Amino acid sequence: MRRFDQQLDELNNKLKEMGALVEKSIILASEALIHQDVALAKNVIIFEADVEEKEKDIEALCLKLLMQQQPVAKDLRVISAALKMITDMERIGDQAADISEIVVMMNGAPYVQELIHIPQMAIATVKMVTDSIEAYVKKDLKLAKSIIAYDDVVDDLFDKVKFDLIELIRSDNPNSEQAIDLLMVAKFFERIGDHACNIASWVVYSITGKQAKIN
Amino acid sequence: MNKFSIKDVNLWYNDFHALKNINMSIPANEITAFIGPSGCGKSTLIKSLNRMNDLVEGCKITGSILLDGQSIHGNIDVNALRKRVGMVFQKPNPFPMSVYDNIAYGPRTHGIRSRSKLNDIVEKSLYDAAIWDELKDRLKKSALSLSGGQQQRLCIARALSVQPDVLLMDEPTSALDPISTAKIEELVLKLKNSYTIVIVTHNMQQAVRISDNTGFFLLGEIVEYGETQQVFSIPKDKRTEDYITGRFG
Repeated sequence: MRRFDQQLDELNNKLKEMGALVEKSIILASEALIHQDVALAKNVIIFEADVEEKEKDIEALCLKLLMQQQPVAKDLRVISAALKMITDMERIGDQAADISEIVVMMNGAPYVQELIHIPQMAIATVKMVTDSIEAYVKKDLKLAKSIIAYDDVVDDLFDKVKFDLIELIRSDNPNSEQAIDLLMVAKFFERIGDHACNIASWVVYSITGKQAKIN
Repeated sequence: MNKFSIKDVNLWYNDFHALKNINMSIPANEITAFIGPSGCGKSTLIKSLNRMNDLVEGCKITGSILLDGQSIHGNIDVNALRKRVGMVFQKPNPFPMSVYDNIAYGPRTHGIRSRSKLNDIVEKSLYDAAIWDELKDRLKKSALSLSGGQQQRLCIARALSVQPDVLLMDEPTSALDPISTAKIEELVLKLKNSYTIVIVTHNMQQAVRISDNTGFFLLGEIVEYGETQQVFSIPKDKRTEDYITGRFG
């Protein structure tokens, strides 16, 4: 195998590792939120540093490959897509940490109403992130395109959460602060869905050379 | 507008079929790069554009090559053709004479004797080849005393001195250092406003940097020809992808 192919394999493996890290971040952040587990939430916040370190590591490798190999065609697409994907992955890590910070801030205070749509958003976004990484690993164009379409599910859930919380604020003023915190949590999940979409669109680009349209 | 229209061109060196059914158009005032492994036919094609292959024994060509709509194989003066279609080679090949005489050689051959006219041509040619400032005080010095990069730009100036339409360049920077290469590339980009340029190169990054169109040749055939950005980002043919990414074979 050529040295360049070995280096591309190394890049692939590092991206898989980073994908696994951010996937773990949002799974743990979701669990911490649902079970109001402050200790777990604090772990997720610490975990963010690992994601950032991985991002820097991959970025350095991409820049080295651009300089050393001056890639063209598919090789250039793979490396430029990797550079863009790690930014989205890092943002997903940030948002998992942001959700965890809110869990820590709430400090176990009971939810004013049962969480229904937010856990559904958590499940949906974990699926999107998992699938986007799998699409990258398996170079699965169909799966990548399906993630972009699936973002509508997360957006619809966000609208439902927003509607429920507006109702809550109208009817139950003393709990408005928690309602706003939960709205922020829902927004973070919605953004995670957007970043998973971006990753999927870069997968599409690395395979076809054309950017997928995102609504 | 197309400068060259190449139709069904086949070329043989005795029994060796060097070019097979080449069909392509070369647009005017653009830079067209020919790439491909050694022996693929790219230099043979470029030399066919000003009939340099006529000098090769056993060379036979069929099909048509039109320059501005007129056949280059018809009732045409080959010297006039080569005046219109100049060539720069891989290795700088200045004549063993002064800088001035190198440039004035072509115009003199075409009958220009006036000293002031020759002075103007020498200055303009060296200026257009971006080497006037370096050589204006050394016009009487031997061209062989120049550096490799300067010699190559002198050869470009010499090609420009007879006011061609087209400049053919066969690996013009392969013998040069990176600084001289960069100067030639800058020059070529500037020249395309006034000339049609066809360049053979083994340097993929050079083709990406300077050319508008790229043709990939393999075993005497043109595998893919299109806009450079498309060829180097989303090549249509797997053989092109394998070659430009270094996975050929």
